[in-house]
Order: sequence, then C-alpha cells, then structure tokens
Amino acid sequence: MGNSEYAYNSKVEGEVIVTRADAVVNWVRRHSVWPMPMGLACCAIELMAAGGSRFDIARFGMEVMRFSPRQADCMIVAGTVTYKMAEVVRRIYDQMAEPKWVVAMGACASSGGMYRSYATLQGVDNIVPVDIYISGCPPRPEALLDGMMLLQEKIRTEGGSLRRTFRGRTVETKVVG
Amino acid sequence: MDTQALVGELTAAFPGARPRPSRDMAGVDVPAADLAALVRRLRDAHGFDLLADLTGVDAGPGASPRFSVVLHLLGSAHHAYLRVAAACPDDAAPAVPTVSSVHPGADWHEREAFDLLGIRFDGHPDLRRILMWDGYPHHPLRKEFPLAGVPVELPAADVAAVTGRRVEAAPMMGGPFVSPGGTMAKAEPVARDESWSEDNPSR
Repeated sequence: MGNSEYAYNSKVEGEVIVTRADAVVNWVRRHSVWPMPMGLACCAIELMAAGGSRFDIARFGMEVMRFSPRQADCMIVAGTVTYKMAEVVRRIYDQMAEPKWVVAMGACASSGGMYRSYATLQGVDNIVPVDIYISGCPPRPEALLDGMMLLQEKIRTEGGSLRRTFRGRTVETKVVG
Repeated sequence: MDTQALVGELTAAFPGARPRPSRDMAGVDVPAADLAALVRRLRDAHGFDLLADLTGVDAGPGASPRFSVVLHLLGSAHHAYLRVAAACPDDAAPAVPTVSSVHPGADWHEREAFDLLGIRFDGHPDLRRILMWDGYPHHPLRKEFPLAGVPVELPAADVAAVTGRRVEAAPMMGGPFVSPGGTMAKAEPVARDESWSEDNPSR
C-alpha cells in the first residue's frame, strides 16, 4: 500500500478511516499551500491574474498569499532575479518555515531568460532549491496553475513527510498508537 | 527661442566653451570646471528650468578625452531644448563637478553615471552606486567591460557560503543577439552563431 492511498467507505468502516499518517499529512499540505509571492518582474502580473476571480487560484486552496515568509510555505519566484536581489530572495527563503517549496515561474527565474548579462542571476536554482519550473515569458495564469497542480502532485507523493529539517538537523516526528 | 544665438552668447561668456556639432538640437561643449556655473546661468537667466537627462559617454580605451557628461535641458516656458556636454579632464580618474546643487533631480542620474561608468561627481551629496551593489568592483558600461560580465563574489558573503556560488559570466549562446534588420517580421534579434548547444559547446 502506497503511503498516498487513503479511502473511506462508510459501509465497511463505519466512522473509522484507515490510512497512513504520511498520506493524511500530505493531503492536508497540498490543499493548503500558502504562497509567498516573490514578484520581481512582469511574471508577477500573471501571478496576480491567477489570484483574481477569472483564474481563481483559490480552487486549489492556494489563495492565501502571504507577504511574510514566516507564514508561507511555497515561494513563487515570479520574475528576473538580479544578483543584487538574489541575497534578498535567499534570506526570505531561509525565513520560511519547513516544509517549504519553491516554484520558478517563467524563463527568467528558471534560467535567467533573455537576460544574459552581468547583472542577472542565471536561474534562481543557483541560490535556492527549486521544485517546479514553469516555462513562458511570462507564463499565462493557466501555466502557473498547471505548475501548482504539479507541485500538489509532488507533495502528494512525498515520502517521510513527517521528517523535518530544523536548523540543519533532520528531526523525525514519532507517531504512536 | 533662438538656441543657436544662445550658444553664441554662452561661448562668449565662458572662455573654453565651444559650439557642439549636433544634428537635432543646439549644443555647447563646456570645460568641466564651468559646467555647474553654466547650467545655473541657463536656469536662472534663460529659462532652462528642467533637466531632462544627464548621462555619461565612454569614447573607448585610448580616446582622449575618454569620458564626457551630457545634459539635456528643457525650458518649460519656451519649450526649447539645449544640449550641454563636458569632457572629463582626467581619463584615468574621470570627474566633473556636480550639477545636483542646481537641479536636485540630477542626484540619481549622477549616481547612475558613477555606478555604470565610474565618473565621479565632485560635490555630490551622496555619491553611492545605485544599480549594482556597493562592493561591486567594476563599472559595467565601460567599453572594455565584457557584455556577459566577469566573475566576482556574490554581494552577501553568508549567502555565497551557503550556496557556494559566485557571480559568473553569463552564457552568451553564440550571442550577442543582433537584429538582421529589414522588416519587423524579419528583424527579430538572433545570435550570430546558432550552432552552440549544451551538448556541443564548440565555442
């Protein structure tokens, strides 16, 4: 039985759900992603559109954009990361609580895009670990939503989700009973 | 307003000032030491009350004078433009007096010219870099600076220590990207050498 399987059949189980802790935790996490909108350039406009009523990122439980990194768990890097800004991006990433994910939205965040220059970081994965890359310049809101659904799928299949990194140490949460 | 006559008046008033050849608007070359006084006179006596632009020009290594500062002034009452240029006397350590005491809006323009070209503005109240970070060791718009950049350390030492990264020269992919010209449909910028790929780094 994979750790992502969960089921409820009231005829069989009555009021009891049998599943695995990983599956429950992942289920909760992936439907309550709180994005940190790291809007740095024009991709942020599409990110805002994704948050509006037409595209409605709330359908995926991700509408709670938090501008404080301490209340967010998914940084959406939307735009061109300059070397001067890279320091800020890394510091905000460090301030986010575990578990956390990073989405590189658009060509600039993924690879530097068209900015082959002395001022531009050639991909935000140089300074933070990236989970999802979204192509486009800028990507349409549908592309962002597709990427966020991919992130949900990634969270769903994560194993050992009770394992946390805390100040450089790996901490296992023990489940008893 | 007859700006050509004004140029004649200025060259008479400031020894060393010369008419500057230009195709679009009247211009005057002025010695660096007289720049602020001339701009002040233009503002107070001739109605050039708006500094439209201030930028620097690099004529390239070996040229002398190598660096110059170019100002575009606009009179909001008579709607005439005037170009004022001052060459930096020292090619190795270019400097001109600031005009931010005359036009406060010159403050950030001068910081940009200092940041990207390394022209110092004597008397500027706060001459710091404005686009690149404070410790950056180069002036990127100088002619000898490569388009892709040069490897230096990241601005933050702790971030560099955690990530193990530096500022690297950007891959140019056979660039720089240049427009072949022609109609708009064909003028999209392309690299001169498109044979480059990750698998075939022939260059």
